[in-house]
Amino acid sequence: MADKGILIKSLSKRYGGGETAVLALKDVNMRVSPGEVVGLIGPSGSGKSTLLKCLGAVIDPTTGSMVLGEEVIFDNEWKVRDLRALRRDKIGFVFQAPYLIPFLDVTDNVALLPMLAGVSNSEARKRALTLLTALDVQHRAKAMPAQLSGGEQQRVAIARGLVNHPPVILADEPTAPLDSVRAMTVIRILNDMAKRFDTAVIVVTHDEKIIPTFKRIYHIRDGVTYEEAGEGRPLH
Amino acid sequence: MISLAGRDILHAWGKFIFTGIGLGLLIGVTLTMAGVYRGMVDDGKVLLDNSNADLWVVQKDTLGPYAESSSIPDDLWRSILTLPGVAETANATYLTMQVGKGDKDVRAMVVGITPGAPGTPGWPPQLIAGRQITRGHYEAVVDITTDFQLGDVLKIRRNHYTVVGLTRRMVSSSGDPIVFIPIKDAQEAQFLKDNDAILMQRRRTEANSTFNRPGVPGLLDAVIASHTSNRFVNTVLVRIHPEFAPDEVAELIRRWKRLTVYDRAQMEEILVGKLIATSAKQIGMFLVILAIVCGAIVAFIIYTLTMDKIREIAVLKLIGTSNRTIVSMILQQSLVLGVIGFVVGKITATFAAPMFPKYVLLVLVDSIAGFFSILAICVLSSIVAIRMALKIDPAEAIGG
Ligand SMILES: Nc1ncnc2c1ncn2[C@@H]1O[C@H](COP(=O)(O)OP(=O)(O)OP(=O)(O)O)[C@@H](O)[C@H]1O
Ligand SMILES: [Mg+2]
Repeated sequence: MADKGILIKSLSKRYGGGETAVLALKDVNMRVSPGEVVGLIGPSGSGKSTLLKCLGAVIDPTTGSMVLGEEVIFDNEWKVRDLRALRRDKIGFVFQAPYLIPFLDVTDNVALLPMLAGVSNSEARKRALTLLTALDVQHRAKAMPAQLSGGEQQRVAIARGLVNHPPVILADEPTAPLDSVRAMTVIRILNDMAKRFDTAVIVVTHDEKIIPTFKRIYHIRDGVTYEEAGEGRPLH
Repeated sequence: MISLAGRDILHAWGKFIFTGIGLGLLIGVTLTMAGVYRGMVDDGKVLLDNSNADLWVVQKDTLGPYAESSSIPDDLWRSILTLPGVAETANATYLTMQVGKGDKDVRAMVVGITPGAPGTPGWPPQLIAGRQITRGHYEAVVDITTDFQLGDVLKIRRNHYTVVGLTRRMVSSSGDPIVFIPIKDAQEAQFLKDNDAILMQRRRTEANSTFNRPGVPGLLDAVIASHTSNRFVNTVLVRIHPEFAPDEVAELIRRWKRLTVYDRAQMEEILVGKLIATSAKQIGMFLVILAIVCGAIVAFIIYTLTMDKIREIAVLKLIGTSNRTIVSMILQQSLVLGVIGFVVGKITATFAAPMFPKYVLLVLVDSIAGFFSILAICVLSSIVAIRMALKIDPAEAIGG
């Protein structure tokens, strides 16, 4: 195991302190290998968003450890100095709403990430186009986000999540606004991309339609994770 | 790296253009206000330039002849002329009054000039039409902004004057156009009493037994004549020989004649520093208010533009955009707004300036100062928006 991908051990997160403290995560243990897509499901208030924020390095976990690839990024404290660069280079985000930048066209929405990492504009756009082609939205490359359908926007958002080839993708309810056909398409794309770029993908979801597709599922209840084998239903 | 600010502006160009135009009109007003002040200063300076004098001799302890009233005997020029260093002297009178033509009248400064040749101190330096005054009475040279034409007949007090020449940019320090007339007429206009007053004065003098003595027949007439003659002027304009220093000659006149003498620099200080000081403060006050209003507009617009982008900024931060990039995006937008505003304002001011009744002088220095002030105002006004943007939590992009 501990080869690549992401490994989380006894992670906890407490919000606030004193009498009003909330222990949102108590004991989170997860392991996602490169190329694997796992589901993370749990009732409201169980700590899903909190876990995503910890993994996404936008809030600080309280205790525990996180290993990304071979790098220990958290061990009771952050082990990386620049969390911004960590987010930019190591973690891809896909949200429920696509959250594209409305004033950039499709290509630049995707190319922005490599540009932020210092890649030249033309090289960044080339990378973006490769991904847009892989996701079959290359014909909309020059369109503005507002001119795209919901499904197209979601695919562009996935392309943006993948463009820096991060070892981990965090997807927060990526299929919520989509009908079942489109939802399945998104899940298939995430699986394809995971294999193609050796990415570990964590999908937070409530969506009954897609839950049977996961081979492994983490349930989270009151801040504690339980691993469970999924149906791993084939994607068509 | 692409310019986020630039892309956002292109995307929301309507907002930027319209706000920029609104701001621009305000900046136009601001530049024009500055131009009004410059125009007032320039009016004062051309008044001094055109009088072709090095020294102004006025009544002792007055700030005459422009800022305060001054009257000195009209034969003083003779004795000043004899002092070393003095090249030329000329009497002059200045009186701002209504000058009528038909049933209209115009506010003008009536300047009395001594007979002489062009170049005499006090004379209009050049004409754009007609000729200089050649007769001793009832001719006038007027500034074209009076709207009088050659051949028009003007009424000043009881007398009528024919316009024989037109000149340009001859104004008083308060911007009123100048009407030149011969000094004898001007003295009359300034000092002459009306007929009833003369009659009353005569009766009073006749009743005074000191003047009306049976044994001295000429005395009463002499006294009455001295009452009604107009032997005063407001100033003597002095030109000095180039090899003499103005302050030396001025000192001589002060010492020997017990009069107050101003040189060019002092006169300018009186006109600019005292006469228009209150107006200048008034304009300064306006400039401050306009600057605050400009700042408020920019602040409001930039704040709302940033508010509209909270979610995008959270996403940008989440995917690793540095605070510096986000701050510079907001700053650039605010500066672009300022630049659009300045360009619109500069154009507006340039086209509007000639339409103002008083002289509006747009100087490059003001434009440059205005430009940089606007940029500074824009930077300051974006502080609120920047602080808000910096507070946006990237976790917001992930949501609950
Ligand atoms: N910023 C915060 N400060 C204090 N408590 C918080 C904060 N954010 C979340 N919590 C608490 O932590 C617990 C877990 O919340 P979290 O948002 O992770 O749940 P969730 O699984 O995402 O729920 P949902 O499915 O409703 O989105 C909840 O009890 C919540 O009230
Ligand atoms: Mg949640």
